[in-house]
Amino acid sequence: MLEEARSRWHPIAAAHDLPFRHVFHGQLLGREFAVWRADDGYVNIWENRCLHRGVRLSIGINDGRELKCQYHGWRYSNRTAGCTYIPAHPADAPARTITNRTFPAVERYGLVWSSEEPLGEVPDVAGLAEGKLLALRGIAVNAPADQVVERLKAYRFQPNGAIDGDAAETLIEAAQDFAVALRSRDGAAETLGVFFVQPADSNRSVIRGVLDRDAEGSAHIAVLRHHNERLSRLRDEAERDMANAPAPAPIEPVYERVSAELAEMPELTAHGRKAALRVTVARKWQTADGIAGFELRPIKGILPTFQPGAHIDVHMPNGEIRQYSITNGPGETDSFVIGVKLERDSKGGSKCMHETVREGDVLAISEPRNNFPLRRDAIKTIFVAGGIGITPLLAMAQALNNQELTHELHYFAQGEEHLAFADRLRALGDALKPHLGFSPDETGAELRRVLTGYRNGMHLYICGPGPMLEAARKIAAEQGWPDSAVHFEYFKNTNKIDDSSSFEVALARSCVTLQVPAGKTILQVMRESGIDVPSSCEQGACGTCMATVIEGEPDHQDVYLNDAERKAGTKIMTCVSRAKSARLVLDI
Amino acid sequence: MAKCSDTVILNLWHPVGAIAEAAPGAVQETVLLEERLSFQVGVDGEPVVWRSRPDARGADQVPAADRLPARGAYGYVWTSLGSPPADLFPIPEYAEPDRRRLNAATFGVNVSAPRAIENFLDMGHFPYVHTDILGAEPHTEVKEYDVEISVDRDEILATRCRFFQPMASTASDGGADVDYVYRVPHPYCSVLYKSSPVDESRRDVIAIFLQPLDQEHVRAHLLLCVLDENSEDKVIKRFQQTIFGQDKPILENQFPKRLPLDPRAETPIRADKSAIAYRRWLSQKGVTYGVIPAAA
Repeated sequence: MLEEARSRWHPIAAAHDLPFRHVFHGQLLGREFAVWRADDGYVNIWENRCLHRGVRLSIGINDGRELKCQYHGWRYSNRTAGCTYIPAHPADAPARTITNRTFPAVERYGLVWSSEEPLGEVPDVAGLAEGKLLALRGIAVNAPADQVVERLKAYRFQPNGAIDGDAAETLIEAAQDFAVALRSRDGAAETLGVFFVQPADSNRSVIRGVLDRDAEGSAHIAVLRHHNERLSRLRDEAERDMANAPAPAPIEPVYERVSAELAEMPELTAHGRKAALRVTVARKWQTADGIAGFELRPIKGILPTFQPGAHIDVHMPNGEIRQYSITNGPGETDSFVIGVKLERDSKGGSKCMHETVREGDVLAISEPRNNFPLRRDAIKTIFVAGGIGITPLLAMAQALNNQELTHELHYFAQGEEHLAFADRLRALGDALKPHLGFSPDETGAELRRVLTGYRNGMHLYICGPGPMLEAARKIAAEQGWPDSAVHFEYFKNTNKIDDSSSFEVALARSCVTLQVPAGKTILQVMRESGIDVPSSCEQGACGTCMATVIEGEPDHQDVYLNDAERKAGTKIMTCVSRAKSARLVLDI
Repeated sequence: MAKCSDTVILNLWHPVGAIAEAAPGAVQETVLLEERLSFQVGVDGEPVVWRSRPDARGADQVPAADRLPARGAYGYVWTSLGSPPADLFPIPEYAEPDRRRLNAATFGVNVSAPRAIENFLDMGHFPYVHTDILGAEPHTEVKEYDVEISVDRDEILATRCRFFQPMASTASDGGADVDYVYRVPHPYCSVLYKSSPVDESRRDVIAIFLQPLDQEHVRAHLLLCVLDENSEDKVIKRFQQTIFGQDKPILENQFPKRLPLDPRAETPIRADKSAIAYRRWLSQKGVTYGVIPAAA
């Protein structure tokens, strides 16, 4: 019977077992669950083990958006169960595929239902209309489910309307493998009680009773007490009987193995410029002067896990591909929110998003990619945003705000009406420092003020238009900020790309040597040879196509690497950069 | 659960109790690898260990042939259910005359010995489990360190380990990186060396010796061998007991309780280099007790 039970839906908790920011420890057929409700109402049912070292997540911390493991602070996102942060390596974005096992969750009849491999839907129970039902306290019994069901068939109780009486007649209305429906009548009073039996383990069951109506005030308490007393008695009798019989062996849950690639924690897997996801535009709105907000919801299933700083490629109806940063705060995983500024000299990207794309349209997007990871081990983090450069920094600031880590978000814009995502900004409180209507010179002076007082352990993140970003980097360097503490992301590469050189590229791991002629990029030549390399912006701004240089001298033409990284010569953006030497050896 | 048939483990020396806590001449009862044992420390400090039996009320009633191998070392009584090596692993600092040497605590923990060793080797949990003592957010980074398996000594050595500790020393009120060196010279024992707050040139030594009661239960013996002339014993002990008391509930909530040696059972990160080396080392030795061996 228990084998068949795996494909059925079972209640594993009462809705009232999931109060604000609690993590409930559930169990079904020997498998433990960590069950928690996020602040957006979503109920998460996860394998009760952190993927890192097997610590129960039911002792973790529900911060309303993410669940944090107690042992090493790994954070797992609401809904996707994907790991968003590994504090031991604050400069790395976690591999996207570190995702905990999830189980389906349905709330019905005041109970939370789940199943290991469900067939069909949560059962319809005749007589239990949704509405004013009363879910009783779960009563755990150390006995097998079938024995508990047998005992429940003989359960007797008073209807709500005659709770103090003792003349009720209780009849079995229906009985199944894991449920008994009983109707109790006493005069005119009548109550239907459906008692589900959750098979927690081979020798452990939980009785989850639901009555067809609730009662008010003290009567409510009296009804709960009535069932609590009688069901506790039933439990005591069942356990007394079981004490003489040998207990069945506990069910050994099978834990899925992690993927081979995760077992070694390698580089991110290679993938081309693909748009694997389909989303609908659930909402499009004017979030600031010249800036449209888009809320993108998955057509089916759930969106992949993202980290603050991540971007997606949006494939537009006109064939253009553009990168937009995800502005969401942690745990907001039901949709991606992006902001698109209408560029005056738009080549078709932002113009298409503003003028053509409407609510209800379907767009193809890539999985989120994070080449602008946020460290969370800074003693203080300063964000400097210029205009639409707010988008990745907004996601970052919300993440630090949620963890109560010290930060300031300096937002430079032409005026109040140019500040995007006002609701999200408001939630940041005093950390938000708007700087409005400054000329370039005034901006420089303001940046000099903001960037004074560098101390070891501080980190700076900059995103904005090229000239402002250059100015901010220069000022930071003058004020003593080391390269390693300054992180930036350009919108685009405005350098004039010189692709006149020709050279040889040897790919060490693929064991091939390719000729890169003038007019073609390393990336193009690799792709033509069937070597799949991830890329996104393809203009040297986003960092997705970065490769490690083993030998040779790169000719950097990107805006992703900082000066120290350029000088080191160990990394190259294969979409724009080339070689000064006759030959490059790459670790691909 | 079957009694131990793992000959690697059976042939090791195992700790069964602190000498300082055994009244001379009194018989102590304990459990090792699911066997009931009795031991007694003579007035000369020499221990005698035997499999518990109703007819023997003291060491003098146990014939020499029925006695188990026994020795006193590092303040503990050690024994073996098999044929132990001639020597126990060395801790040279134990012999330095100016060190305080004491059993900080013996804790029962509902976990396998290898899980407890991994916890002892781990720095990443300091800010989360030992908050404001051994670590504090946001200083969460585990910096690169070196791990080697020393072939001639047959032990794991992790060096260049550094972790930010708030109130790192009594001399300064700010936090600083503290240096650690970890050794695993025995499948169920580990020794750590940590910057001494009182003498920059030397290191405090803290060791954990796990007594396996069975595959999923241990008694953890904590040896301190530190440079501290001022603090009372109870202050030094209380500190270590606080630390270990914080680890205990985490260890008891780890599943499975035995350490999985299949590399794909859990997700390691670079910070876990020493744990990865430890799991490989156990696999290579063929240890099966207290672990879930990788499928061949």
